[in-house]
Amino acid sequence: MYCVKMNMEQKAIKHKSGFWDVVKSLLSGLSLTWRHFRNAKNRRTPEYVSDENYFKQPEGLVTLTYPYEALPVPDNGRYRLHNEIEDCIVCDLCAKICPVNCIAIESIKVTEDIGVTSDGTKKRLYAPVFNIDMAKCCYCGLCTTVCPTDCLTMTPVYDFAEIDIRNMIYHFSDLTPEQAKEKQLLYEKQQEEMAAAKAAALAAKKQG
Amino acid sequence: MLAFVLTLVLLLGIVIVLAYAERKVAAFMQDRLGPTEAGPYGSLQSVLDVLKLLQKEDIVPAAADKSLFKLAPILIFAAVFAGFAVIPFTPDLVPAGIGIGVFYLLAIISLDVVGLLMAGWGSNNKYAMLGAMRSVAQIVSYEIPAGLAILSVVMICQSLDFQEISYQQGALMNQFPGLEYEINWLFGLEALGINTTTIGGITTWNIFRAPMLLVAFVIYFIASLAESNRAPFDIPEAESELVAGFHVEYSGFRFAVLFLAEYSMMVLVCLVAVILFLGSWNTPLPNIGPVSLAYWTTGTVGSVSGILWGGFWLLSKTFVLLFLQLQIRWTYPRLRVDQLMHLCWKVLTPIALGVVLIAGIWRLLMI
Repeated sequence: MYCVKMNMEQKAIKHKSGFWDVVKSLLSGLSLTWRHFRNAKNRRTPEYVSDENYFKQPEGLVTLTYPYEALPVPDNGRYRLHNEIEDCIVCDLCAKICPVNCIAIESIKVTEDIGVTSDGTKKRLYAPVFNIDMAKCCYCGLCTTVCPTDCLTMTPVYDFAEIDIRNMIYHFSDLTPEQAKEKQLLYEKQQEEMAAAKAAALAAKKQG
Repeated sequence: MLAFVLTLVLLLGIVIVLAYAERKVAAFMQDRLGPTEAGPYGSLQSVLDVLKLLQKEDIVPAAADKSLFKLAPILIFAAVFAGFAVIPFTPDLVPAGIGIGVFYLLAIISLDVVGLLMAGWGSNNKYAMLGAMRSVAQIVSYEIPAGLAILSVVMICQSLDFQEISYQQGALMNQFPGLEYEINWLFGLEALGINTTTIGGITTWNIFRAPMLLVAFVIYFIASLAESNRAPFDIPEAESELVAGFHVEYSGFRFAVLFLAEYSMMVLVCLVAVILFLGSWNTPLPNIGPVSLAYWTTGTVGSVSGILWGGFWLLSKTFVLLFLQLQIRWTYPRLRVDQLMHLCWKVLTPIALGVVLIAGIWRLLMI
């Protein structure tokens, strides 16, 4: 059996190595490249993967001239982080869970009522600093899962390369440094007043 | 001097177009786009490449043989460019119409080899040396089948003058001094009794006038690919193993000259193939009875129409062959050294010798 198989294989090789077989295979090679050259007038279109044409473009040029045209990404794509600071309660959970420490948050306690987030949680802290270093980010998405108010999300924006790496740090705080200082002073003043009031009350209690 | 400048300008123009075409054809055959940014459809890409190369530093390696290294690109380009001197571009336009043009061309092209060896040796680089050795071995070997194929044409045409060979392949034959009473027979066979002298067109091209020249044409075309170091015979420049062969140490203007010489060589071998086998500047359309297509698409010799038609047919046939060269490059894989030598010595040379023999007999049947 084995011997027969061997013979068949040898026969097959011999069959394909004759002069005309070689010519035929050379010509079929040329016709292949010629077919691709002729089909070069067709180009694939930048369609979303769910489009019925997506897998039906086997011929023509496959390149998309990227900055001018691009394949769409899903609406729930998980690329650049975005923080909706209006809805943020500055709980610091995202910074704590981040495995690469790319989120830096500082907080100042509020001295008056500054309203609620869109899901009704009361806001008790200002965020003078809310920086996300996208150059460090590993896109694990843990910060978005722990966020209690769903203010930190991942967006479908993926092309945000920068010339200067410092521009990769995104500042989400809505307070200017001056405002932050002012809020800080307000808070300290309130604390002092409270301490003074407390001391006064204590003194009054001792006397009384 | 005027012919020198005109030929140089024409050659530069063709090479620029060819370099652009090479990139676009390669891209299209691989389902890519090729250059798109420089000018409309990237058409200024090769111009920009040249400008970039001219701005680059001219680096001469410290351990190189400086005089050889500096002279080599000039010698290589001069050898190739000198070949254009005998090419007839139109019925009455030859830069230098010498009677032994074919012989001169073969001789001057061989000078190219000296330049390649100078570049490879002078670079003091092992890849350059290996590339130059392979290149020289290949070119010298393939000159034999190419030379034999050309010899069979010379035997059929009984002339070493490119312009005379050109005139023989068209309806204008009897206008050439010395050929007034020559007659073209169909397939070159007088016995068939079909006179094609005034029919012209494709019936008087050398590959039809003497059908065995079709085989000679294929041999010449394959050998010319090897002589211009094109794929699939590009082992001297194998990018993937020798970096770039003999010109690996060159940069800036010198590299541009080597690049130009390489593409000029492609153009030259295609021009020679067209002139010797595919009817030179003659139209492919024959006169059919009262419909004298050949005369209509030839123009009058000596007038502007003759120059335009002649140049048009010569260049368009050349570009078809050049396209074929590009397509072959992007279709076939590179041959090994042993396969290369096998093809040259055991296949092409014996067949070419056979063709020479048949051409000699055929010539006897033509008169």
